[in-house]
Amino acid sequence: MPLLDEHVREEVKREFAGLSGKVKLLVFTQEFECDYCAETRALAEELAQISEKIEVEVHDLLGSKAVAEKYGIDKIPAIVVLGEGDRDYGIRFFGVPAGYEFSSLLEAIKMISSGDSGLSPEAREAVKGLKNPVHIQVFVTLTCPYCPMAVQIAHRLAVESDLIRADMIEASEFPHLANRYGVYAVPKVVMNDRVSFEGALPEKAFVDYLLQAAS
Amino acid sequence: MPELKFLVSPEIGKAIKEDHLYDLVIVGAGPAGLTAAVYAARKKLDTLLISKDIGGQTLLTSDIENYMGYHYISGKELAAKFEEQVKKYPIDIAVGEEVTSLRKEGDDFVLSTPTGKTIKGRAVIVATGKRSRPLNVPGERELVGRGVSYCAVCDAPLFAGKDVIVVGAGNSGATAVVDLLKIANRIYVVDIMPTWRADPVLVERIEAAGEKVKAFFEHEVVRIEGGDMVEGIVLRPRGGGDEVRLPVQGVFIEIGLIPNSDLAKGFLELNEAGEIVVDCRCRTSVPGVFAAGDVTNVPEKQVIIAAGEGAKAALSAYAYLISQRR
Repeated sequence: MPLLDEHVREEVKREFAGLSGKVKLLVFTQEFECDYCAETRALAEELAQISEKIEVEVHDLLGSKAVAEKYGIDKIPAIVVLGEGDRDYGIRFFGVPAGYEFSSLLEAIKMISSGDSGLSPEAREAVKGLKNPVHIQVFVTLTCPYCPMAVQIAHRLAVESDLIRADMIEASEFPHLANRYGVYAVPKVVMNDRVSFEGALPEKAFVDYLLQAAS
Repeated sequence: MPELKFLVSPEIGKAIKEDHLYDLVIVGAGPAGLTAAVYAARKKLDTLLISKDIGGQTLLTSDIENYMGYHYISGKELAAKFEEQVKKYPIDIAVGEEVTSLRKEGDDFVLSTPTGKTIKGRAVIVATGKRSRPLNVPGERELVGRGVSYCAVCDAPLFAGKDVIVVGAGNSGATAVVDLLKIANRIYVVDIMPTWRADPVLVERIEAAGEKVKAFFEHEVVRIEGGDMVEGIVLRPRGGGDEVRLPVQGVFIEIGLIPNSDLAKGFLELNEAGEIVVDCRCRTSVPGVFAAGDVTNVPEKQVIIAAGEGAKAALSAYAYLISQRR
């Protein structure tokens, strides 16, 4: 049975109607001992069936060690969203992007396809001056309605700057990480392991934290 | 593992037409605002729906069993269905935006957002709903996000195998307990009243869980303890007596709601609870401004009531706009 029912597929079809550039979903998985690995792979493949602009490439975490290292994949399931010519904008999903995060995956695909982050002019200007890399980790649960806002701002920033990488992390699938970063409310955003905040902040406040993490 | 669901949402932060005079601006997209949007769209009003999220408090409710037409539906699925119905109509929808001020300029209304946007409308419906009321005890503020949560449906999955307490034994507290039953180890409940105030069907479900849930009725919270995170909570019997300290890692506060009426302060008449005062046609103290749903003084906060009030507010706004046409 497919994961996406007919109704959701129709909605996704509408969302994908305007896709222009090609998008590749790199899926990292393994056969055993991974909750939702099979579902994550199936989800990516179902999306590729909906739009011919989308291609899926599946890797085994251990079997494709070099590829995993290249994209900084240290846990699974994981999806890397690549643009035309395998361009890496720094967008990662760790854990299955279901529930409310399904919309974040759709947004990431649309954004990469267009190549435009959709950030405000002010945010674009602020990010332009960035000198140091920033790794943003956004912890979410699939039942959190405010989480996609934080994930999508982080992903937009990643598209805007080659220095930014932004991960969605589904906290309940990675309890050791949730524990390490003290995630007891979502969304929780951690930047470069030293700046963190909870809540879906507006873009400007998010960018202020980003600049703090980069300095 | 829970069954996976997939929700498609509209783009966050979609542009608002500034320098444009809308017929109707609806603030808030919970059941009231979304229903108002459908009614307004069917009257072909040039409408903007502006909201932080789509679904409002419905999104924070895991199971809804009393919205007619659905025996059982999750809050987010019901919100998604509302949204789908709204999106059948060509109205502007701005998600991820808050409105912080509302005022009158000439015959029209001007609304502004913290992101610096200005919106103009001939009529306005305020349907901004309510948000969680804080407990106001020592330790609470310091430990928000460190084990203190106001969104059980969001944060419950983070407390797998942990001991937690739910503060409040009304419907929202009972719903939080039901959510946590599948996830947490031990669940305590505290309330100042002598018994559950939740729907009996919820209470039955909790009682069926047996010793996993332990309730402290006629107790109040003295303080929440912890350093980097919550380590415990201290309760006191209302009639006096020894304090009880419970070692918990999570505190879910569900003691009721406060209205999101800040944008209306000093402009619309509010009651003592801060709710916008409306008449039976959803009219506020300012002609041309209507209000609907949980933010108003209408008794009983229910999805189905908010939806009905939203319909009424849109029809009243339509009647107002017709009467204003010269």
